[in-house]
Amino acid sequence: MLEKLNKIEKTALESLAAVTDEAALEAWRVANIGRSSPVMNVFSQMSGLSKEERPLVGQRANQVKTALEQAFAARAEVVKNAALSKSLQEERLDVTLPGRPARRGGLHPATVTLRRMLGILAEMGFQVYTSRDVETDEMNFQALNFPPHHPAREMQDSFYIEAGERGDNPLLMRTHTSPGQIRAMREFSGANPENPPSIRIALPGMCYRYEQITARSEVQFYQIEGLAVGENITYGDLKGTLADFARRMFGEHAKVRFRASYFPFTEPSAEMDVECFVCGGKGCAVCKNSGWLEILGSGMVHPNVLQNGGYDPRRYTGFAFGMGPQRMTMLQHRMNDIRYFWGNDIRFLEQF
Amino acid sequence: MKVPVSWLKDYVDIQLPIEELARLLTVSGLEVDEIHYVGWQLPAENKYGFKINGLSWDREKIIVAEIREVRPHPNADRLTLCDLYDGEQTLVVLTGAPNLHPYRGTGPLAKPLKVAYAKEGSTLYDGHAEGLVLATLKRTKIRGVDSFSMVCSEKELGLSLEHEGIILLDEDAPAGMPLADYMGDAVLDVSILPNNARNASILGVAREVAALTGQPLKKQAYELPVSGEAIAGKVAIEINDPQLNPRFTLGLIRDVQIKDSPYWVQRRLRLAGMRPISNIVDATNYTMLEIGEPLHAFDYDILKERAAGKPVRIITRAAGQGEKLTTLDNAVRVLNPSNVMVCDEKGALSMAGVMGGLQSEIHDAASAPEGATRKTTSNILLEGAAWNFINIRKTANAHNLHSEAAYRFSRGVHPALTVDGVRRGLYWMAQWSGGCVAPGLVDEYPLPPIDPLVEISERDVKRALGIDLPAAEIAALLERLEFKCTVNGQTIQVQTPAFRTDIGEGVVGVADLMEEVARLYGLDRIPETRMADPLPPQRGNPSLEREDHVRDILVGLGLQEVITHRMSAPEIENRLLPGGSSETPLEYVKLANPIAPEKRVLRRSVLASVLNVVERNARLSDALEMFEIGPVFIPQGGGLPLEPRRLAIALSGRRYSPAWDSKLGVKLDFYDLKGVIEALMQALHLNVSYAPAEHPSFHPGKCAAVLLGKTALGVFGELHPSVQENYDFSAPLAAADFDLEAVLDAMQTAFDLKSVNEFPPILEDIAVIVDEALPADRVEALIRQTGGKLLGSVRLFDVFRSEQVGAGKKSLAYALVYQSPDGTLTDKEASQVRYRIIQRLDRELGAKLRS
Ligand SMILES: [Zn+2]
Repeated sequence: MLEKLNKIEKTALESLAAVTDEAALEAWRVANIGRSSPVMNVFSQMSGLSKEERPLVGQRANQVKTALEQAFAARAEVVKNAALSKSLQEERLDVTLPGRPARRGGLHPATVTLRRMLGILAEMGFQVYTSRDVETDEMNFQALNFPPHHPAREMQDSFYIEAGERGDNPLLMRTHTSPGQIRAMREFSGANPENPPSIRIALPGMCYRYEQITARSEVQFYQIEGLAVGENITYGDLKGTLADFARRMFGEHAKVRFRASYFPFTEPSAEMDVECFVCGGKGCAVCKNSGWLEILGSGMVHPNVLQNGGYDPRRYTGFAFGMGPQRMTMLQHRMNDIRYFWGNDIRFLEQF
Repeated sequence: MKVPVSWLKDYVDIQLPIEELARLLTVSGLEVDEIHYVGWQLPAENKYGFKINGLSWDREKIIVAEIREVRPHPNADRLTLCDLYDGEQTLVVLTGAPNLHPYRGTGPLAKPLKVAYAKEGSTLYDGHAEGLVLATLKRTKIRGVDSFSMVCSEKELGLSLEHEGIILLDEDAPAGMPLADYMGDAVLDVSILPNNARNASILGVAREVAALTGQPLKKQAYELPVSGEAIAGKVAIEINDPQLNPRFTLGLIRDVQIKDSPYWVQRRLRLAGMRPISNIVDATNYTMLEIGEPLHAFDYDILKERAAGKPVRIITRAAGQGEKLTTLDNAVRVLNPSNVMVCDEKGALSMAGVMGGLQSEIHDAASAPEGATRKTTSNILLEGAAWNFINIRKTANAHNLHSEAAYRFSRGVHPALTVDGVRRGLYWMAQWSGGCVAPGLVDEYPLPPIDPLVEISERDVKRALGIDLPAAEIAALLERLEFKCTVNGQTIQVQTPAFRTDIGEGVVGVADLMEEVARLYGLDRIPETRMADPLPPQRGNPSLEREDHVRDILVGLGLQEVITHRMSAPEIENRLLPGGSSETPLEYVKLANPIAPEKRVLRRSVLASVLNVVERNARLSDALEMFEIGPVFIPQGGGLPLEPRRLAIALSGRRYSPAWDSKLGVKLDFYDLKGVIEALMQALHLNVSYAPAEHPSFHPGKCAAVLLGKTALGVFGELHPSVQENYDFSAPLAAADFDLEAVLDAMQTAFDLKSVNEFPPILEDIAVIVDEALPADRVEALIRQTGGKLLGSVRLFDVFRSEQVGAGKKSLAYALVYQSPDGTLTDKEASQVRYRIIQRLDRELGAKLRS
C-alpha cells in the first residue's frame, strides 16, 4: 500500500508539471485530489488493512494528500500568473480612440468676465448694486449732469420708450449703468440725510445704445461701473484703486496710464489705458500698434451729481469709473466680432 | 476737427515732432484720431500707434517751378507744351491741364505761372486712377514728344480729389524751393469733446498747445484798412429776445471784387475739410476755422433794395408758425416759433446760426446759371452774432442742418467773439477782394454773459487731487490757459477769460478749474494712493447671489447659459402659441425709435428668446441643453415697467452623445427636463410638487406645473405639436419657464441636515398593479407615509404594462429600504412594515401586489 501511495504521488506530481491552463488544472485537481482520486480511494480502503499497517498507511496517505494539495496550490499560482501576464499582453486598447463624450455645462462668456470683475471689486470693498434696465430721462441723464438737449447726449444715442406725454422726462433704455449711482446715493442718503454713509459699490448691468449692429457695435452691452463716495477721497485714490484693479485683472506687472477726457458726470475725467497684454507694449494688431489698450473711463464725481444724490459736494468727494466686460473678453481672447455674444452660436459658447 | 499743423504754427511755435504733439494733445483731452500727411515726411516709425496716412513729397524731386510760356502741342489739340523754369534750368513739360488753355499760344507770359513740378522718379497719386493709387513718374513719349516730368494737380499731390486742372500757386511762390518746404503739411484730426467747444478753431487748439508746451500764444496783430463813410447810421439792429440772441454785430465792406481766394487759402480750407467757393465766402469760413466765430455775409445792396430807401434794419426774432424761407441750398424750410430768424423789415433773411437764406446771399454773376439777372455782389454786410446753443441745437436737429456754423453755435460760442470775428472777416475780405472796410461796427449787446469769478484754494486742490500744490503754482497753471488769477494767501481768485463758456460758478466752478489744474499739472504726475476713507458698511446683494446660485446649479447639471437681446417683436414671441398668434395680444413696452422691426418691443418671454437660440443652433449639435436668466418687461401705463426676472430652460436632441462604439441615443424628453428641475429644486431646498397643467405652449398631456404649496413657481413640458411647427427644429423639445423672482424668494439658504443612518438596512422590491389613471406620486406618497421612520427610502424603478397586468392597468415596481434610525431592524419588524404598506395600498388605492 505504501508502494502504491508513492506511485500515486509520483504520477500525480509528474502530470501536474504538464498543466499550463485553468481547465487542465481543474481536471488535474478532480483526478488527483478530488473525492474519487487515487489518494482519496486509499483512505476509503483503510478499513481493509491490518491494525499495524493502518497508522502507517494513514500517515503516508495524509502526507501524499498534503503534498499534492500544496503542489496544486503552487501550480495554480503559476498558471494564474501566466494567464494574467498573457491577458495583460493581449488586452491592449487603442488609447488614441476618442472618449465617449461627456456633456459639460457652461456659463455665458459675458457672465464669466462680469463675475471675475465683480469678484475683484468685491474684494476691494465694492459691493454689487443692481438697478433697472428701463429708466427715466431724469435718472439716466439729468441727475447725471446731462441737461436736456446738451451736446453730451450725442455721445449716447438712446432708445426711447413710447409712454405717452412725459415732457422733459421720457422713458428710455439706460445708456449706461450710471443711473444706478443716483439710485444708490438717494437710497443711502435718504435713510440718513444729515450724515449719509460712505459708498463703495459696483454697478453691473445691461445697457443700450442706438447703434447699428456690426462687428464693433451692439444695441445692448454689459457695463460695470464703480462708485466711491466719502469725505476723504481724492483723484490719487482713483488712480490707485484703478491701478490696483488693473493689476488684479491683468497681472501684477500691468501698467496703466490716464488720459484727460470728458464725461458730464465726472470732473476731472480721464480714460485709463492698460499696457497691451498681448505684446507687452511693443505694439501689435490687438493694440493697433499703440502698445496700449483703452479699458475704462473714470473721473471725480461731478458736484452736481453728488448734490442730486443727496451728498453735499462741499463735504463729500468721490470717484466713478465704468468699463465693458465684453470688451475685456474680446481683448483677452482676441475676439473680433462683438455679435458673437448675443448670437449664442454653440460653437462659440463651447469654447469657454 | 481737422487741424493743419502749418496753420497752427501761425499761432504757436511748435518744436515737437508731429507725433509728440498728437500724443500730448491726446493725453490732455484733445484726442487725435488720425494724422494725415500732405507733403511733409512721414515718421519712420509709428511710436504711439496713431492712425497715420498720406503722402510725402520728395524734397529733391517735387519742387515749385514757373511756367514762362504755354505753347500748343504740334499733334494734339488737348495737350500743351510748357516752357518751365525749375530754379536751375528751363525745360519743356507736356500737360493736358485745361486751365492752361487760355495761356496757349499767347507768347512769353508777363507773369509766369507758379506750379508744383514733379521730376522723373517722383512718387505721386495717379491722377487718372479711381481712388488714390500711388505711381512713380517714368520717362515716356506722348504723341512724339518726350515726357519725363509733370506739373501736378491737387489729386496727384494728395491735397484733394481734384484733377480738373493743375494747381496754380500764388505769385510769390519761389521757383526751385522744395514743394514740401513751401506748402507741406500734416493734418491732425482732433475730436472735440462737448466740454471743449472753445477749441473748435485753430486758435483754440493753438491755445491748448501753448498751455501744454509752455510756448507763448502768438496773437495775430493786424490793422483794418478803413475808408469811406462809417457804418453807423446805415444799419440798425433790433433783438427781440436777448436770451436767444445775446449779441449781434455788423460790419460793412464796399467794392469787393468776387474771385477765387489765394491758393494758400484754398489749400488750408481744403485741408480743414471745407470747399473753397469765392474769396468772400472763403473769408467767412476761414475766419470761423481760424478763431471759432461763424460769420454770415449779406449782399448789402439787396438789403438796401428791400429797405427801399430807409436804413437797413436787422431784426432777430422767433419765426412765425409755418413761416417759410428758402435757404442757400435752395431748400424751402418751414419754420416754427422755436426757430430764431434773422430778418429785415420785409421778412426772413436767414436761419440764425444755422444757414443763410438764398435771396440775400453773396452772388457771383459769372458763376450763375444762364439767364439769371442778379448783379454780382460788391458791398457786403457781415454778421457776427451769439446765439443760445440749445436753441440752435434743436433747430439744427429738427431741420437736419448740420453746417459748420451750427456745429459751433450748438456747442457754445462766447458772445465776446462776435467783434473779433467780424473784424477778422472784414480784414480777410479786404485782403483777398480789394474792398474798402467802412469805419466802425454796429454792435447790439443786450445780454453780456457773466464770466465766472471762482475762488479756488490749496485745500480744494488737496481735497480733490490729493496733491500739495502752492497757490502760486495753481495760479501759474491756470494762467497758461488765460485765466486771470489773483493769489491771496492760500486762495486764488480766478477770472474766467471771455472765450470760455464751460466754467461754472461756486462748487461747480471749482471742479471745472480742478480739471484744468489736473490736466496741465499732468494726470500722470498725480501719485497713486489707496483710499484712506473708512470702508463703508458692507452690504450684500442676496437677490443677485441667489440668481448666481441658480446659474451655477444649472451649469453643474450640464446646461449652457445663453444671453440674448432683450428687444424683440410680438410675432417672434407669438411663435410660442399654436398658430403663431394670440386672440388676446399681450401689452408690450414699445420702443419709440426701434432700430429694426424685429427689435421694436421689449420682450415678455425669456423662453421665446431661448427657443430662438435653439432654433439657430439646431443643426450644429446632437443635443442642446440651455437656459437663460433675465428680465421681461411688463408695461405699467406711462410709468416705468416692471422688470421681473425669469428662468427659461430648453432641452432638445439626444440624451447621450454618440460615440464611435455606440449609436445615437434616445431623444431628450419631458422626463429628462423633469430630472433637471427636480435636481434644481433639491439643490435650492424647495419641497415642490408637480401637477398636470395646461399651458398653450405645451402638449396638453405632457405639461406640469411646479408647485410650492399652492404657488406655481413655473411650468414645463414638451412643446405643443402646433407650436413645434412654428420652429425649425425637430421634436420633441422640452422646455420650462419659471418665475425666477418667486423661486428666489422661496429658496432656502438655511436648512437642517439629517443624520446619516449607520444601522444595516433591509432591501426589498415590491410591485403593485394600479389603475393607469392613478398618478404614481400618490402611490409613493402612501408608501412613505405608511413606512414612516422605518422606511429609509423609496425608489420607483419600473413602470410596466402588459396583457398579464391587465387592460387599463400598470405595474409600478419600487425598491424599498427598511431601516430604523434607532437600532438594527429585525426581519420580523421589516415584514410588519411591508404588510402595513401593502394593506394600505390595497385599501386606499386598490393596488394589488404583483406576484
Ligand atoms: Zn499690443
